[in-house]
Amino acid sequence: MAKERSTFIDNLGKIYGMYTGVFILFVIVLGIAEYMGLKPKFIGWTFLAVTIAVYAAIGIMSRTAKVSEYYVAGRRVPAFFNGMATGSDWMSAASFISMAGALYGNGYDGLAYIMGWTGGYVLLAVFLAPYLRKFGQYTIPDFLGARYGGNFARSVGIFAAILASFTYLIAQVTGVGIITSRFLGIPFNVGVFVGLGGILVCSMLGGMRAVTWTQVAQYIILILAYLTPVTVMSYKTTGIPVSEIAYGQILQKIDAKEKDLMLDKKELEVRELWKKRAEELDAKIKALPASLDEEKKNLEAKLAALPADAPAKEREAIEKALKELPKTPDEAKEKWTKARDTAKGQAKNINPYIQPFARMDKANMLALTFCLMVGTAGLPHILMRYYTVPSVKDARSSVGWSLFFIFLLYFTAPAYAAFARNEILTNVVGQSFPSLPGWVSAWGKVGLFSVKDMNGDGILQFAEITLNTDVIVLATPEIAGLPYVIAGLVAAGGLAAALSTADGLLLTISNSLSHDLYYKIINPKASILRRLTISRTLLVVTALIAAYVATFRLTIIVELVAWAFSLAAAGFFPALVMGIWSKKTTKTAAILGMILGLGVTLFYMIGNRFYGLNWFGIKHISSAIFGLPVGFITMWLVSKFTPAPSKELQDFVESVRYPKGAVRVAEE
Amino acid sequence: MVEKEKLEAYWNENKRLTWIVMIIWFIVTYVAAFFAPELNKISFLGFPLGYYMGAQGSLIVFVILIFFYAARMNNLDRKYGVEEEEE
Repeated sequence: MAKERSTFIDNLGKIYGMYTGVFILFVIVLGIAEYMGLKPKFIGWTFLAVTIAVYAAIGIMSRTAKVSEYYVAGRRVPAFFNGMATGSDWMSAASFISMAGALYGNGYDGLAYIMGWTGGYVLLAVFLAPYLRKFGQYTIPDFLGARYGGNFARSVGIFAAILASFTYLIAQVTGVGIITSRFLGIPFNVGVFVGLGGILVCSMLGGMRAVTWTQVAQYIILILAYLTPVTVMSYKTTGIPVSEIAYGQILQKIDAKEKDLMLDKKELEVRELWKKRAEELDAKIKALPASLDEEKKNLEAKLAALPADAPAKEREAIEKALKELPKTPDEAKEKWTKARDTAKGQAKNINPYIQPFARMDKANMLALTFCLMVGTAGLPHILMRYYTVPSVKDARSSVGWSLFFIFLLYFTAPAYAAFARNEILTNVVGQSFPSLPGWVSAWGKVGLFSVKDMNGDGILQFAEITLNTDVIVLATPEIAGLPYVIAGLVAAGGLAAALSTADGLLLTISNSLSHDLYYKIINPKASILRRLTISRTLLVVTALIAAYVATFRLTIIVELVAWAFSLAAAGFFPALVMGIWSKKTTKTAAILGMILGLGVTLFYMIGNRFYGLNWFGIKHISSAIFGLPVGFITMWLVSKFTPAPSKELQDFVESVRYPKGAVRVAEE
Repeated sequence: MVEKEKLEAYWNENKRLTWIVMIIWFIVTYVAAFFAPELNKISFLGFPLGYYMGAQGSLIVFVILIFFYAARMNNLDRKYGVEEEEE
């Protein structure tokens, strides 16, 4: 068995190389089939079915009954492949589908996400990863428990791990539902459970071992899917097939066009109309519930006043408006507030794309970048991955590989945004409505891109476009004039991104519960079989709960995900860093620091989001900017006034610092 | 206690290296972002420099920085004899 295993590890390059080749061949064959008349819907189904089947097959082949395999993939994952696995573990549905759109909308200020979600790996590399590997256990609460002695620190760790991971998991499951429903035309709720099946076969049988090898396979698909459309787009627009280099000149074109649009009279007219619209809606919201009745009466009167020979279209339009009218004042308030905010946004001046701090002020942009970085270095599902490499040395370089593979996608995302913005400014804005490109109406039908002739001049103005950020990545294949097979590839990539992250998160949550809570705290005598059975059961239960919550489509989820970073930053980062870098940090200090850091962060988040609390104008998304220093200072101060940690614990810290004597392969 | 002094020296060198890495990290992200409006006036590879730093420059530096750190630490391990045993 051991021999069989090592031949697998030795041949990883060959195996995944072949896998990549076969996958590309598969895409080409589908492309030829499409050319010969295969229907798009069938292509979508084939893509998703084949990829999920591949992930499931890897999961089944990697099944295991060994604890070390289940929790840390036997610590045999080479640095390079752990980097790939971390890459797909890290890049979620949001990174893949929404990030380019966020950049499209936020211009320079959106780069906070690009820098924040990559710069955190530097912190991970120098402060945490090699030391956690030297420690060499199974989970992050394991480290807290060992360093700060006793179950209390471990319990706080379990709480923080679940708090940060669960909301994030729901967002991934939602992403799976959106992708499957959009490309397969099945209802969202069914899509969620189809995807869930894919996640479960992977992680349940083989734990970390299965998740690792599936994530590598998923990385390959997602990166191919991400790079292909934008490269073609770049070649078509600029003649340079490297989008990351080519978009420099595009940025300058965008800037020039935007300057024209800022002074354009028609644009000003449309913005004025939006402003009026926002005011009208505002008045209507204030006059609720009377305004709703009035609206209904008006429509009914209009319908009644319609002459008998009026065109059917007109009648239908009024009937439809009546039908879509909110049923209750509460519903009306929600709907109209949303419409008012959109109108307000559309009424705003165009902010130059490359101008810094036009949409977010400097303090908020820097604070957000910082919180995302520290949060990245504190997310347990990422930290856990560095337990799986064979040595401390590998842990160090594996962080480099991780960032390299993430970098490939992140430095392409701004290119996506720039090409899309250029396309919209050049070929969409200023066109007459009938001559708009085909993709506009195609994505309009699914509600991701909408145009409305506000001033009735028959020409599309920039301010007449509203779009959902997801459309940037999803529509690029069509904008670039690529066949449908590439759109299917993008869907498969998005699905891979969502599934791989969901796998990692699910494992983190179920391990926290089964290993840390059950085995370490409740029943240390549990047999291996029992531990693994409990772990697997919890995995299924957690997945089902996440899917169930996802079916409600709560709008708060997006915000909660952003919060996860601040929570991870304040909850884990100080305790882990101090635990390694300061021998004097005591148990009481660490526990107090974690609780206060998390407490202040949660307090500001909720206070700022719901009750108008405001410290220095910082937005709730960057709450850790307050919680993090509180955590560090508390740990430092309290350590001064509590008895120093025992000699044993200090020796433990020493041992973590020097690579010599690291456990190679976890035996059990 | 030669051993102990050696270990301390190792840790101090590690700390110095960590400081260097953190200073570079800070400059390419925060200093560059702070002065982005000014940097945007400079053109670099056809990009406004402020934008370039946020979208690519800082990222490239991060990747190089981590590999640089890993290589330096591996050397340090050998220099002080605290490297892992080979299998």
